[in-house]
Amino acid sequence: MPRTTPFHARTSALCRSFLWKEWSGYAAVRTFDAHSEREYFALRHACGLMDATPLYKYEVTGPDAAKLLARVWTRDITSSRVGQVVYSAMADPNGHCLDDGTVARLGPEHFRMTSSERWGYWLHRHARGLRVQIDDSTDRLACLALQGPTARDVLRDLVEWDMDIMRFFRIQHTKLAGLECWVSRTGYTGDLGYEVWVHNDDALAAWDAIVAAGKPHGLEPNGLDALDVVRIEAGYVLQGVDYISAKSCLVESRKSSPVEAGLGWTVDLDRDPFVGQAALRAEQGRGSKWALVGLVLDWAALEDLYAEYGLPPHLAPVSCRDPVPIYDAGGTRQIGQVTSNTWSPLLKKYLAIGQVYAAYGKPGTRVRVEQTPEFHRRRVPATVVERPFFDPDRKRHTPKKPARKRKGAA
Amino acid sequence: MSTRWDAIVVGGGHNGLTTAAYLARAGRKVLLLERRHVLGGAAVTEEVFPGFRFSVCSYVVSLLRPWVIRDLELAKHGLDVLPLESTFTPYPDGRSLCRTADPDATFAEIASFSRRDAEIYPEFGRAMGKLARFAKAFIDHPAPEPASLRPRDLMQLLGLGRRFRELGDDLAALQFKLTTMSAVDFLQEWFESDELIAPMSCSGIIGTMLGVKSPGTAYVLLHHYMGEIDGASRAWGFAKGGNGAVSEAIAASARAAGATIRTEAPVATIKVFNGRATGVVLQGGEEIDAKVVISGCEPRLTFLGFVGEEHLPDEFVADLKRYELRGSSGKVNLALDGLPDFAARPGRGAHWMGDISVAPSTDYLETAYEDAKYGDFSRRTFLNVVVPTVFDPTMAPPGKHVMSLFVQYAPYWLKEGPEGWPARREAFGDAVVDTLAEYMPGLKERILHRQVLSPWDLEQEFGLTEGNIFHGELTLDQLLFQRPAAGYARYRTPVDGLWLCGSGAHPGGGVMAAPGALAALEMLKQGAV
Repeated sequence: MPRTTPFHARTSALCRSFLWKEWSGYAAVRTFDAHSEREYFALRHACGLMDATPLYKYEVTGPDAAKLLARVWTRDITSSRVGQVVYSAMADPNGHCLDDGTVARLGPEHFRMTSSERWGYWLHRHARGLRVQIDDSTDRLACLALQGPTARDVLRDLVEWDMDIMRFFRIQHTKLAGLECWVSRTGYTGDLGYEVWVHNDDALAAWDAIVAAGKPHGLEPNGLDALDVVRIEAGYVLQGVDYISAKSCLVESRKSSPVEAGLGWTVDLDRDPFVGQAALRAEQGRGSKWALVGLVLDWAALEDLYAEYGLPPHLAPVSCRDPVPIYDAGGTRQIGQVTSNTWSPLLKKYLAIGQVYAAYGKPGTRVRVEQTPEFHRRRVPATVVERPFFDPDRKRHTPKKPARKRKGAA
Repeated sequence: MSTRWDAIVVGGGHNGLTTAAYLARAGRKVLLLERRHVLGGAAVTEEVFPGFRFSVCSYVVSLLRPWVIRDLELAKHGLDVLPLESTFTPYPDGRSLCRTADPDATFAEIASFSRRDAEIYPEFGRAMGKLARFAKAFIDHPAPEPASLRPRDLMQLLGLGRRFRELGDDLAALQFKLTTMSAVDFLQEWFESDELIAPMSCSGIIGTMLGVKSPGTAYVLLHHYMGEIDGASRAWGFAKGGNGAVSEAIAASARAAGATIRTEAPVATIKVFNGRATGVVLQGGEEIDAKVVISGCEPRLTFLGFVGEEHLPDEFVADLKRYELRGSSGKVNLALDGLPDFAARPGRGAHWMGDISVAPSTDYLETAYEDAKYGDFSRRTFLNVVVPTVFDPTMAPPGKHVMSLFVQYAPYWLKEGPEGWPARREAFGDAVVDTLAEYMPGLKERILHRQVLSPWDLEQEFGLTEGNIFHGELTLDQLLFQRPAAGYARYRTPVDGLWLCGSGAHPGGGVMAAPGALAALEMLKQGAV
């Protein structure tokens, strides 16, 4: 039975569609209206506000906190600075990807990690001999994701900290409408955006303040359906969809290394030992089996195919997670599978994320993707492209250089 | 008797009935003989007290093979299994733990003892699930013969080897640990809270004369993870109408296929002539001949009781005498005026919708074993309690309940010998009720009737030698190609024309119908009948 988040009083009042889904044990809105289009456009043209509380959150503190996190994540957390957020992958000893998430350094000896699965026992298992405390803050910290081009404008007058100097992937302890909180410039939309972390008791007050401040800036509450479209545009992988955590895999062939899950850029191999290091090094030597790729389907071919049946191309209003086979350019050999796909209303392209044999991973490679108009298995040409599909400058742009000294809080 | 039977099945337990059904469906003329007035053996429902029907012995269904249900069309013949939803453990300090199919609720329950354990619990389930799927290859086929060089046997071993390799190194190591370690040691490698380990470990001792800390008990844990209904692993259920309904459905399927079933027809002797079984003699003197005789009874009873040592090879007799039976459990069935409350969790709820485990700590369980080791029943027993009327109100008059208490340890071999049981039966019953009443204060006032079955009673009434509910311990030395004796694991026996089809044959005990079905299929394949 899913539990409700601290924002439930607000989200349930707004959720006219009655469409919810389970997210890490919590009830989460899929879409507030019957259709997620308005939320999608708010995310890309104004801003969307989403309840992201179900993310798992752990507070790791103590003199060896950085050491522990560097041991379990593929990136070298020890080199992160206070106020920095690091995105990383996590591997098991066989070099198979377990999860991806963020690690924020809140203080010299205080980190907060987020993940899509529970890792308390995993942290404990690797903390032997280290001076650390591990504290699961999932159930006491609420999180709101405010994402989109006007997100900064919404927060500017609401937050004590100068939002114009906050850089991409930074986090700051501050006050929002007088409420103690953390604001990080992070998100899952590939756009300008922030996440606000407040204690459960302050959750509703924070929601109300942001919604009120957001009115003039086009803020719309958004659910998971719209998020899934924008995260595909941003080229982000989703654990459980684009790759499966090794801990949940029933068969070996389902497991992927971080490299094969498209997270190779987060692997810092040359440093102190970390979980999976030897296996990942061996993989580097012999080459990966799979590559995670972005694909764009040939629009003209897609239109022609559906025209054979007297139909326009079928454009699902939401993203699709049913795996679909990928074939080589000749259409004879199955070389992988699409794991997420969506129509991008902004780019006017049909986008897909999938895994193919590494030899087919180079951008520009032509492949074919299965389509089933009127129940017939057909194949449509597609091209491997670089991810992200959509990468606006505003995602990283910071309007003001930070002053030498911290701007004092009022 | 003029009729010439193709096969006589001795014993109308669920396995004997299964064999009869399979053979009859293959067109053979089959006669099944049951000593008691009811069918089912230990899978039986009886109206012990007016209006109160009990699954007198076995009380849950899980390992019943789905392919047997399909083959024998058991649903058509009345079988309906209702899933058990929870496992509940109360502790003397007023805390309690209820594990259900809801992962988030179960997480919260376990986290109140250990957050770490709560996180690992699903991972443990997945690992055991994988091993159970590997082990299921064993229970759905005749035992492999490691010494045989016949192509069929080699292929089977090869297939198992391949599957073992596919498990991956971690799981292969786990499988090895499972076959050698104690249930508690094995679980302690995963979990830290004794409150969780204790109820989980008791799956390892069900029906055995071993303690949760005795080596080898970890394997029996796995046996319980193999449980499935409708292909859903780890699912346990109640048969609507009690476990007798399982037997009745199989019997109905057998009769529909033309089998003849006689109750109150106790076999005295299996006739052997020139080293070949030729039929049976009933206790009344009636002689019935058949091409083959198949015994669903426990192996020692079959050979030393019905056949006689003089017809058997010496080594085989020695093996049978060494065969460990040592019953260790009893059963108490209560008719209740109404449901009492648990002190730890008053009221109704998910915790009543499954089995209730009185196993508050591993030391408690080991202490219970200590008592039994030296020939006494446990002063404070391990209990596995179910209340079938919560699921199936037809088992008792409206508003009343039946409660089934599986009790361990009740050693067959009391200090004063098994014959001492009748004198101590009610004292044992009192100890059991006292134990449960510690967690359920209003229990005693609700009891209308009480039936106590000691291992001695299980032997006298149900033909379970030494009261062993599995027809022999489910320890590794008595499983697979060693069950019941080396060289005779494929349902064949040293006596031509005499076959085994009960729990004493591979793959062993439990209401799974696998020995019965596999024996029949093997006989048909070999052209034995």
